[in-house]
Amino acid sequence: MIEVLEQGGHGVPDLTDRPLPQVDNVSSTYWSGAAQGALLFQQCPACGHRQFYPRAMCTACAADTEWKQALGRGTVHTFTVIRQNMASPWDRLLPYVVAIVELEEGPRMMSNITHCDVDDVRVDMPVECYAVAVEDGLAIPFWRPVQSERTERGRSA
Amino acid sequence: MGDRTPVIAGIGLSDHPIAPELDAMQHHVLAMQRALADSGIEKSEIDGYMSTGGGRGTESGVAMAEYLGIDHRWVDSTMTGGSSFEFYVQHATAAIREGYCDTVLITYGSDFLSQQGRSLGTSGFQQPGERVAGALQYEAPYGNVLVGAYAMAARRHMHEFGTTSEQLAEIAVAVRKHAQLNPNARYRDPLTIDDVVSSRMIADPLHMYDCCSITDGGGAVIVTTAERAEDLRTPPVYVLGAAGAQTHWNISQMGDFTTTAAATSGPEAFAQAGVRPEDIDTVQLYDSFTITVLLMLEDLGFCAKGDGGAFVEDGALALGGKLPLNTDGGGLSACHPGMRGIFLLIEASRQLRGEAGDAQVPDAELALACGSGGWLSCIGTVVLGKEHP
Ligand SMILES: [Zn+2]
Repeated sequence: MIEVLEQGGHGVPDLTDRPLPQVDNVSSTYWSGAAQGALLFQQCPACGHRQFYPRAMCTACAADTEWKQALGRGTVHTFTVIRQNMASPWDRLLPYVVAIVELEEGPRMMSNITHCDVDDVRVDMPVECYAVAVEDGLAIPFWRPVQSERTERGRSA
Repeated sequence: MGDRTPVIAGIGLSDHPIAPELDAMQHHVLAMQRALADSGIEKSEIDGYMSTGGGRGTESGVAMAEYLGIDHRWVDSTMTGGSSFEFYVQHATAAIREGYCDTVLITYGSDFLSQQGRSLGTSGFQQPGERVAGALQYEAPYGNVLVGAYAMAARRHMHEFGTTSEQLAEIAVAVRKHAQLNPNARYRDPLTIDDVVSSRMIADPLHMYDCCSITDGGGAVIVTTAERAEDLRTPPVYVLGAAGAQTHWNISQMGDFTTTAAATSGPEAFAQAGVRPEDIDTVQLYDSFTITVLLMLEDLGFCAKGDGGAFVEDGALALGGKLPLNTDGGGLSACHPGMRGIFLLIEASRQLRGEAGDAQVPDAELALACGSGGWLSCIGTVVLGKEHP
């Protein structure tokens, strides 16, 4: 299970004015899973393929997929530090890290790396997932360095 | 049937880099008028049309066809982003060979700089608090920007292969040298590697001078048969190979951040043309960002994967170097109105016609244009030649 946290405290992002998901038939399982502390991805019972983002079929063989719960651990596959973004609310949050995180289970997802200085983020850095609650059935997953890697002067994305 | 070998028979540019008096449709029109005049082909001969659309009511290809008064019998408004125009050459080539049409007009026009300023690369695509549907719902909450996508590719390339910011800067410096030869280029001041790596970081590891310009501009290309081009006033440029491929659309779905679909479309275009990378005299590569060029050079086979950094060193991509790149000053320094693909075809054609002036590559016989669309997503490769295949 992953922690589900309230917005804004202790380096946890305040999501005011951020674009948020328009939940649909497939994504509702993922977003409501996160709200209940379960980070979900899809696995194909026919061919074993694992995928993210969630879709209505397996991208490898077109079969129906099943949901699996991830451990919520992964590594930074690649990342950038956004230092210029003129749009609200991002202009108030600079600089922040956008990363592609590879789950221990394989699939990759985009997220922010929080709870550390932006200059401390590295490729292959081990990270752990938590979710930030938005509303009933919707929480947004974020990632932070595993406890041993976290720096004190960390700031939120 | 006569000789249906596809050729580029006419090229035209509208006005750039700054043209506040023109709207997007006027850019299409001006470029078309100039391409028709360049070729000597009559507008009434156009029976195929390809475009991603104009703007303000002409956002679709067919609406733009109506505006231009083209009653086509073959149309294509494939939208792969900035590489659409390389994909159009692929499609036009097939259509002309098959006889679906004889003379295809491709147009593009944009008033991006005058209408929207420089916001393209570093603003979100969403409004504050917007609810975002589809695949982007999984990216939108995290504030990535266009530059950020390319920055993540550059970061991964640096991690895997030790590529440096100085090596990426070589690309911007070579292209700037060519912009200095082009009176219509957006930026013409001298630029050094030091200037690039000490410029403001926009999205690590990409600096300001790793990022393309934003301009107004438009272009048009006329593709027809070798038979029709025989008695035209300008020498034909032969389409020897044209291929397109896709690896993803949204950046989070890029499987290998160091390899683009040019690794598929490049070899396919070379095979059609029956030539190899070392035969190419000049390359016109989509320089949205320096990293785009580096990845393409590797994927197209000009060097091995991971060797792009070493390949571009010591001015290799400048005129007089081993592979002159973007001889018009590219998107980095000359012209990038949002989608640059058509300008690659136009500059490659100018080179093969020997019309590139001070930026002419001596005895250029083979040129390659490679366009990238989306977020390194859809890559189209076109091999052009001076001689009939
Ligand atoms: Zn499957």
